Amino acid sequence: MTRLLQISNKIKTFFVEIGELSFFAGRFFREASSRPFEFKELLRQCYNVGNRSLLLVAVTGFILGLVFTLQSRPTLMEFGAVSWMPSMVSISIVREIGPVMIALICAGRVSSGIGAELGSMRVTEQIDAMEVSGTNPFKYLVVTRIMATTLMLPLLIIFGDAIALYGSAIVENLKGNVSFQLYFNQVFDALEFSDIIPATIKSFFFGFAIGLVGTFKGYNCENGTVGVGEASNSAVVYTSMLLFIIDFIAVFISDIFYGT
Amino acid sequence: MENTKEIEPILKIEELRKSFGENHVLNGFNMELHEGENLVIMGKSGSGKSVMIKCLVGLMMHDSGIIEIMGKDITKLTQKELNNLRTKIGFLFQGSALYDSMTVRENLEFPLRKQNKTFKETKTLVSDALESVGLSDAIDLMPAELSGGMKRRVALARALILQPKIIIYDEPTTGLDPITAKEIIHLMEDIQQKYGTSSLIITHDIDCARVISDRMILLIDGVNYAQGTFKEISSSTDKKIQEFFK
Repeated sequence: MTRLLQISNKIKTFFVEIGELSFFAGRFFREASSRPFEFKELLRQCYNVGNRSLLLVAVTGFILGLVFTLQSRPTLMEFGAVSWMPSMVSISIVREIGPVMIALICAGRVSSGIGAELGSMRVTEQIDAMEVSGTNPFKYLVVTRIMATTLMLPLLIIFGDAIALYGSAIVENLKGNVSFQLYFNQVFDALEFSDIIPATIKSFFFGFAIGLVGTFKGYNCENGTVGVGEASNSAVVYTSMLLFIIDFIAVFISDIFYGT
Repeated sequence: MENTKEIEPILKIEELRKSFGENHVLNGFNMELHEGENLVIMGKSGSGKSVMIKCLVGLMMHDSGIIEIMGKDITKLTQKELNNLRTKIGFLFQGSALYDSMTVRENLEFPLRKQNKTFKETKTLVSDALESVGLSDAIDLMPAELSGGMKRRVALARALILQPKIIIYDEPTTGLDPITAKEIIHLMEDIQQKYGTSSLIITHDIDCARVISDRMILLIDGVNYAQGTFKEISSSTDKKIQEFFK
């Protein structure tokens, strides 16, 4: 009976949190569409999210392309379909693996970073200090960060995809003597707008989710330094879960428009 | 302090109540702060002092009661009006609450961002505020590079930057060594004399209360248990009051 009660309490807490997150998102849209705008802080956050994630995204993308090609090669060779490698890799990376993997990497770096930063600002009363000085901390801290992740993630994903394809091209060049020019010709022949557009659109939602959950967890942080750790940790967990849900919905919708 | 009763208070709290579930923190707290006055509020940890000042500046919603600042009931203000009123109140937080990612200069410039000040005016206000706390040299340092006492001074400079009419001090000497604590107390006195601000000081520090208070209130069980001058309260024979001065 006690166990049942615990489970029902957890379910209740989960739904309460979903409700609070929805209100938080609603407040974001309200505050984002009203003056004054914090352009300077937005640019600073874009730099933090974008520029400081470049190396991580580049390394991840490169290894992703490299490993994916190495692992797929034997199977394709078995069926005599190794010439399809550039098409298969490019479609897989651009449509699905690139956006999801890079978004997950950014969830780990950016969302947890935002959760920890805002969480520590909350417990050390820095957010209260902003509020009592007549500034709107939600606009300054939350709106700018969510907008920065929403704008920067698509760019990071495009960059990561390009690096992943480059990694794949290196494997093909070394193992199959395929020139870079031939490899990328096949890549661009295989890719269509129906591959690129849905992936780009969903990457904006990925960015929004990363910023939203990170700021939500950090801004509402409680229980001192323990709470900061929890905020940072749960920001990653919730964001990762949300990314898969968004991905599922995006694939479902794009299948309606572009599916066969 | 007899004459202050005739003047309209700059800050007034009537029958303030605040509960967290079954925990009744404030049970009808009353208070008046007059212009140019230093009012000290003392109470044990958990007696509701911090809750009271958070309600005062709108960081927390009270359950019932009236809070009037400069004649305005804060519950009837719009967010914009409340923000405007907040610019007339300086707040020194217990842990200083300096913005970690900003330099001392940026910390001080932050409250001025929406005040339509020119670059020159901002620069003058920042240097004046830092000078009044004796930290002009620290302008380009990060908060992590400052000692506890320096942080408290910078936080005080930030609280002063908008030239407020009221300054609220939340445990201004907590966590500081006795010498630095004395320096902060003298600084508070200097500021009060220089700017003519009214001060509301929340503290446990008997020395701080003795030196700085014109009047003090003892907050016990969510109500003002005793009020008067430091001398009147410290000489009381009441057991609960005496516990504070042991």
